[in-house]
Amino acid sequence: MQTDNRPLSPHLQVYRPQLTSVLSICHRAAGVLLAGGSLLLIYWLAAVASGPEAYATAQAVLGSLPARLLLFGWTLALFYHLGNGIRHLFWDAGKGFELRTAYASGYAVIASAVVLTLLVWILATTVGGA
Amino acid sequence: MAYRTPVKRAVGLGSAKDGVHHWWMQRVTAIALVPLVLWFTFSMAVYAGADFETVRAWIATPMVAVLLIALIVTALFHAQLGLQVVLEDYVQPHGLQLACVIAVKFLAVLLILVGVLSVLRIALGGQT
Ligand code: HEM
Repeated sequence: MQTDNRPLSPHLQVYRPQLTSVLSICHRAAGVLLAGGSLLLIYWLAAVASGPEAYATAQAVLGSLPARLLLFGWTLALFYHLGNGIRHLFWDAGKGFELRTAYASGYAVIASAVVLTLLVWILATTVGGA
Repeated sequence: MAYRTPVKRAVGLGSAKDGVHHWWMQRVTAIALVPLVLWFTFSMAVYAGADFETVRAWIATPMVAVLLIALIVTALFHAQLGLQVVLEDYVQPHGLQLACVIAVKFLAVLLILVGVLSVLRIALGGQT
């Protein structure tokens, strides 16, 4: 039985990008980014477990400007993936497929990701003192 | 050389059901991650600039230690399931694809172990 010659995904290049398709691929990109970011979380925890010096190094590394930009992007990816993941779960339950609903929930996901990201960073730079 | 027809070879085996399990675990971990991730990000914001002793004491709180371990295990299990799908979609020679999937799974387990051990070391005190 030949199985290596089956049709693959449609040729995405022939479609005009739309909100729905762009958000869809962003979910995947965010997921991959988040998986990479989990390295940072584990590094940070290992640093705390290793003692004050390792922790000071970690704070210096993570507090640098490039790292901050990276963490900001990571926060945005996280909240986007979280919101869009909930959107996925509703689809899995068979709800929200109407075109208008799909667009509305898409915009809601973008808005909530931006708001939550800003909230976390305002909190981090004020209360957190970072 | 297989002399039996493909149907003959497949019949009676049933579906592996593994696909459904993979799909289902991706959803279950996703549901668990919603509260865990919200709790974690806002906590990290509050402790972002904290000194060592404050952070150590926070992680050592039993409830925090438990939630952190839950987050580490759930997030990496979810990530590894997700990355497997991505690799299966894009990495072509099948041998390479399999190698990548296995590497991701090994790495995920390794990260879970390092993360959980770190939290336990902090929570159970001892040296430092
Ligand atoms: C915060 C709560 C989260 C929710 C609600 C969530 C939800 C989901 C859902 C529903 C999927 C399946 C999408 C599909 O079938 O196309 C998915 C995929 C994925 N998730 Fe998450 N996720 C969350 C957090 C995370 C985290 C923390 C990571 C990484 C550490 C992650 C990494 C991934 C990856 C790599 C994929 C595969 C992407 C793909 O196949 O296109 N997710 N997520």
